[in-house]
Amino acid sequence: MALEIAELVPADERPFYIVGVRTGGAYLAQRIVGLLVDAGEPRPFSGAVDITLYRDDVFRGLPKPEIGPTDLVEPIDGRTIVLVDDVLYTGRTIRAAMDVLADYGRPSAVKLAALVDRGRRELPIQPDVVGVTVETNAAQSVRVMLAERSEPDRVVLRERRS
Amino acid sequence: MSTFGPRHLLGIEPLTRAEIETVLELSGRFLEINERPIKKVPTLRGKTVINLFLEPSTRTRTSFEIAAKRLSADAVNISGSASSTVKGETLLDTARNLDAMSPDVVVVRHAQAGAAEMLAGRLRAAVVNAGDGAHEHPTQALLDCSTILAHKQRIAGLEVAICGDIRHSRVARSNIWALTKLGARVRLAAPRTLLAPGLAELGVPGAVAVHDRIEPALEGADVVMMLRIQKERMSGALFPDTREYSRTFGLNLARLSLAKPDAIVMHPGPLNRGVEIDSAVADGPRAVILDQVGRGVAVRMAVLYLLAGGETAE
Repeated sequence: MALEIAELVPADERPFYIVGVRTGGAYLAQRIVGLLVDAGEPRPFSGAVDITLYRDDVFRGLPKPEIGPTDLVEPIDGRTIVLVDDVLYTGRTIRAAMDVLADYGRPSAVKLAALVDRGRRELPIQPDVVGVTVETNAAQSVRVMLAERSEPDRVVLRERRS
Repeated sequence: MSTFGPRHLLGIEPLTRAEIETVLELSGRFLEINERPIKKVPTLRGKTVINLFLEPSTRTRTSFEIAAKRLSADAVNISGSASSTVKGETLLDTARNLDAMSPDVVVVRHAQAGAAEMLAGRLRAAVVNAGDGAHEHPTQALLDCSTILAHKQRIAGLEVAICGDIRHSRVARSNIWALTKLGARVRLAAPRTLLAPGLAELGVPGAVAVHDRIEPALEGADVVMMLRIQKERMSGALFPDTREYSRTFGLNLARLSLAKPDAIVMHPGPLNRGVEIDSAVADGPRAVILDQVGRGVAVRMAVLYLLAGGETAE
């Protein structure tokens, strides 16, 4: 998947930027950067965005503010960005992440990589690279467990208890 | 994980320690937005914040306005001289008329203690107290705590000296509550005429000491908070003259050397240079006065976020 991501970006658009969507996507973005470096690729810029303040449902379920920092140290202007998220579902998170990027500058292009695509989009958003595609329904939940959260690396599909 | 119960922010006294910590933690997140090239997030889009300031203010009003705008709320400012109160309208009538225009938050500053609380029960909007007489100024105490945390990494166990016109100071009262709830000890220092009865009973029991000289309050202090002499609130002569005050209670480098070597110096502004604080101290390396102002915006963003957001939940 890391190499597929590298192939997304033509040589004249490098170095590119890998940006994870907090929190799961941010861990995955770090891993992808590591894998690319291990594979002999030049190190891309890396960053993370937190979309809490940009959500279209920010106040449903408040008060429970859990806002993480957005880290985009290198300017994003004119660079190609690959957004990384763990689970791609309605597309609303990615819409919010693109709004965050727009507040930091004007990238030359934004691509999307997701570890799991569970379908059921509510916005016209499509990934460029996908780890695994699963058909799901709204009653199911998909959770990506990661070693960074002291869990075994695993994707769990579950019927949501009602 | 974090919780914030109240619908209004009227003072620090009614808040729990956990609620104070929620605001401080959240304001840390908002600080980053103030450093971005585009200092704005869409979070409170469509919300309206009215700043009703019936006492003079530059810092606090501007800070609330910037906080609202950086969260994409619409901010409307009303100041004393431009309001219908000069035509004889009561505060409650003014506020009810504003409330009829459906704001989400009304931020109020008023010379009368209890003004914000009086409105809180009578308006649909959430009410934030931005200073009511000599009672409370909760967002100032929260930004002071945020500043102390940034420089000292903790508040529990610190010795904080608050010196100056305690009697007329809502900043002192809010800070006494905030600091003692977070585990600090507070030493108040003022000439006897600028102290008030019952000060030692404020805050967490046993955490407040009162002095009528500045030196014992400064000795070994981790934080020195200087207050302005509030001539506008004084009737009659409570101290002989500013030169005498400065000689006995002003913070100069010699007095500051009584505090811990790494003590920080704070002041809520506006400064009366040469009266309660010397320029050598105010502009010196230990002053964090402008840092306080910067953090004020983030703290007020957190407060607006918590109060304007709660209403539409579920």
